[in-house]
Amino acid sequence: MNMSPSMISSVLKNKFILIGILSLFLSFIFLFLFNNFLLFVLFLLVFIILLVYNFIKITRKLYDTLGTRLMFFVTASMIFLFFLLVAVLINGSLNILSEESLSNLLFSSTWKPFSGEFGLFAVIIDTLIVTAISMFIAVPISLLSAIYIAEYAPKKFRKIVRPFIDVLAGVPSVVFGLCALLVFVPLIRDDIAPFFGSSISSGFSLFTASLILSIMVFPIIISLCLESFNSVPIALKEASLSVGATKWETIKKVIFRAAGPGVLAAIFLGFGRAFGETIAVSMVIGNQELIPKSLFGPGQTLASLIASNYTEVSSIPILASALIFVALILFVVVLIFNLFGYLVLRRASKRWKY
Amino acid sequence: MLASVFIVMGSLILIVTVIVLNGAPSLSLEILTQTSEGGFYLGAGGGFLNAIVGSLLLALPATALAFLIGIAIALYLQKDFINPRIANFIRICLDILWGVPSVVYGVFCLTIMIAIGMTGGSLLFGILALTLLEIPIITRSIDESIKMVPIGLKESAYSLGSTKFETALKVVRRQAMPGIIAGILLGFGRGIGDAASILLTVGDSNYFPTSLSDQTAALPTMILNLVSMPDQVVQNKAYAVAFVLLMIVLLISIITRYLTKKSSKHIIK
Repeated sequence: MNMSPSMISSVLKNKFILIGILSLFLSFIFLFLFNNFLLFVLFLLVFIILLVYNFIKITRKLYDTLGTRLMFFVTASMIFLFFLLVAVLINGSLNILSEESLSNLLFSSTWKPFSGEFGLFAVIIDTLIVTAISMFIAVPISLLSAIYIAEYAPKKFRKIVRPFIDVLAGVPSVVFGLCALLVFVPLIRDDIAPFFGSSISSGFSLFTASLILSIMVFPIIISLCLESFNSVPIALKEASLSVGATKWETIKKVIFRAAGPGVLAAIFLGFGRAFGETIAVSMVIGNQELIPKSLFGPGQTLASLIASNYTEVSSIPILASALIFVALILFVVVLIFNLFGYLVLRRASKRWKY
Repeated sequence: MLASVFIVMGSLILIVTVIVLNGAPSLSLEILTQTSEGGFYLGAGGGFLNAIVGSLLLALPATALAFLIGIAIALYLQKDFINPRIANFIRICLDILWGVPSVVYGVFCLTIMIAIGMTGGSLLFGILALTLLEIPIITRSIDESIKMVPIGLKESAYSLGSTKFETALKVVRRQAMPGIIAGILLGFGRGIGDAASILLTVGDSNYFPTSLSDQTAALPTMILNLVSMPDQVVQNKAYAVAFVLLMIVLLISIITRYLTKKSSKHIIK
């Protein structure tokens, strides 16, 4: 083909073609002169992309299709990831399940990875106790504060409190743990444990962990409760007040009814957080796999068990499988609680239409 | 009731004062600008610049990745693209993933690491664990603000002849800006402070990581390592690290407030 000078200059003016030719040239230089295969492929890719870009004019319609496909692909792989997570956890724990029976794992209480005993009973009991106590402390306090902030507090006060809750939700768990180590551990060792008559407590105890957990759960429950309190329509409140109910009666009988499912869902979510919290708990709980004799004795929760045992994974292969099994338990419990919270909310939204 | 509000506010004040009182005295310029010394923190020598850099190298790429994935999913969840029933199912999945304890993500990445025969830890898997942790947070935050986009705005974009993707990317994305900013910063704050997922995946080091397969130090894991040492001097260093971490998190939440307020000025209501 005969190329006129004007054609060549128009080709050179198009900088995409120029870059394309340059990258093809560079790719061969890298392949033959430097023997660098990676850069060859890289520059060749640039060339091909530019070639495609020039020949297939990217129209708006194609752009739309490509973009939509890309978003679909990302979303689908996200769902895939969700199931991959479950599959990997199940697959990893098959190893320990073939070694020991499920009942032995769940109901034997000797955890001695070095002699091959993986009983989780004591740890499960500890986890339940710690979570229950922390919820016992956190739920009333956070509910009362949510009611106060939503219904009683003047606007100015509300503006001051909101940032406190948001910041508290963002504090890293390791900072919570450090704080518990500095404040709660000495407090419980020197004052609270002797007061309740157990004088030999080291301060690293189930109760310490519950205390710090309850603080960590406050912001979650409060902010979710506030959300559902605020979504109660004002007409409902006004109707109740206009028939002569007092403010407290209105809160108890109208707002709590209407926002009840939201509150319940908030408590479930808080429970999930307390159940799975790892670092803060492992810093103050004492890390001993015992069935507790008192609240002021050391213990171990499922999550902190992983944190305190993972270093030995490379020396005992079966331990890895056991820890994956523990993670699977955590995942399944959180899954159940989340689903339960969701179902409560959905049923309520069907029944209450306002 | 007022008392319980004060308990909640008091606990934050308690945490901040305790960390500041313990951390501020042992903080100095040299501790901030030196890397740590002494085999795996047995000694108190050096500073913790490597942990700060390590934490940023973990949290920044993780947040960027999670943001790219999150905004794609959040835009796709609109009913212009997908059946609302399926979208709701995906939202439930995301909510469950949000509730999953971070240690589970750590175990997930650790399992993969064991499967491919890697021991000790690496920056790459730390980033991966944090990305997994941040995706639901960022996605749901963006999704909530996209739900608020008035339908008339989208319809007017369509009626001017723009495609679905153009509408999503240019109109909806702009309108959802406060949620996007809040989501990114929320995810970043969570990522930089989370210890459980990182503890299992990144290992430890006294130097700056130079490649993705290097072990690295990070602020939260460094606190854990230092505080478990019996020496008081080493523990003081842990308080200083915690002080820096808390300040970073507080700064992020202030920036979030400022930026969401600023960006919501340009929103069409």
